[in-house]
Amino acid sequence: MSVTVVLPSQLRELAGGRTSVALDGRPGTVGEALEALRAAAPGVYDRIVTERRELRPHINVFVGREDIRWSGGLGTPLGEGSEVVILPAVSGG
Amino acid sequence: MPEETRGIRGGAGDVLLMVGTTKGAFLFRSSGSGAWEVDGPHFPGEEVYAMALDARSGAPTLWAAPGNAFFGTTLRRSDDLGATWSGKDERPVKFPEGSELALKRIWQIRPGRDDERQRMYLGVEPSCLFESTDGGDSWAPVPGFLNHEHRQYWQPGNGGLCMHTILPDPGSHDRVLVAFSTGGVYRSDDGGASWRPRNVGVRAEFLPDKHPEFGQCVHKVVHHPSRPERLFLQNHWGLYRSDDWGDQWTDVANGVPSDFGFAMAMHPHDPDTVYIVPLESDGFRCTPEAKLRVYRTRNAGASWEPLTEGLPQEGAYETVLRDALDTAPTAGGGVYFGTRSGKVYASGDGGDSWSLASDGLPPVVCLKAAALP
Repeated sequence: MSVTVVLPSQLRELAGGRTSVALDGRPGTVGEALEALRAAAPGVYDRIVTERRELRPHINVFVGREDIRWSGGLGTPLGEGSEVVILPAVSGG
Repeated sequence: MPEETRGIRGGAGDVLLMVGTTKGAFLFRSSGSGAWEVDGPHFPGEEVYAMALDARSGAPTLWAAPGNAFFGTTLRRSDDLGATWSGKDERPVKFPEGSELALKRIWQIRPGRDDERQRMYLGVEPSCLFESTDGGDSWAPVPGFLNHEHRQYWQPGNGGLCMHTILPDPGSHDRVLVAFSTGGVYRSDDGGASWRPRNVGVRAEFLPDKHPEFGQCVHKVVHHPSRPERLFLQNHWGLYRSDDWGDQWTDVANGVPSDFGFAMAMHPHDPDTVYIVPLESDGFRCTPEAKLRVYRTRNAGASWEPLTEGLPQEGAYETVLRDALDTAPTAGGGVYFGTRSGKVYASGDGGDSWSLASDGLPPVVCLKAAALP
């Protein structure tokens, strides 16, 4: 069983219409999963990670229902079958 | 820079619009003829996200919160309808040392209850409720809110972690309800000592758990003083009503083109009538179908009707922000709003018809309406 990255509706077109991307190679952390996502869907990766390899400010990443802000950031560990959920943050006006 | 102007002269019953923009504040006055006297800019070059008129003493006091990204924000007061403003060199609104918080913006200025004339509230960014008990001379954060155990989990959106709604219960000194983005609705029933989230039924589309205890991106909450327990809420996706001070929320998006939007205002006289300006989506954030429509319910959310007479119905890609729609207690029911494109519209008949009061202002970020005492 691999790690799955669930994409927000705004980015699915960049992943060939897929709602999620199953990653090979069993990444051990969220950061490794995003690097793997880069190979699988480079257009998606560029929209959630900056050229400094930091999450864009208004992108939230969850492992299951846990925001990675509170669980170790990009170093958050992943297990077998982990689901990494990417969601744009709200942008108030 | 333009010179600061000299204020307005108004008579009892005149409508005053306090219009905050990204480049200063403007005061609009009308005696009901449909013509507007415009005075401004006050605080030229500064953003003004919060204004208020406090008429509890019988003499009008204007409040404004100008600021900018360079030097921060502060609170200014005028006792002569904008002819002069006090407090230029003062910074009375500060987080205490040790809180590890710093004031970014004042989003809401709220005079307290009518029987507590020295009490005032501020809603600020990062989300906190400040209180004054000496008529606005000195301010302090409400400790129960400042030190709330959820604080570490509240997240800002692009507009910031802003407290935009403060609703004191006119019938109880113990109860105050606040709302902020993101975090949602919180209520105190013990005079501000403790605060509980009140978000049951309000969804959070942007989280994996769509119905968390807190964390919702509530954009505005309103109520009528004659029926304070009944609340209306414009959410970041969702339009809701509560009949019990927020204990439970019910979806009332019945017949609106979108349940996304920012602005919401209560009719000045009728507790069943509420106004909103729906926006197409959280991505586009403009009026649906390029039509500028205010929606009104007159049955507490059972149905909504578009109000279009006098408003552009083609090519109108407008945005009305959360504090840029308000009402004033005129005989016919004054309703007013400002747009990010710098237009101000006015209705003197409860929204049945509208006229353009001004065009070409800087982007409007707040509009507060009042009748002068």
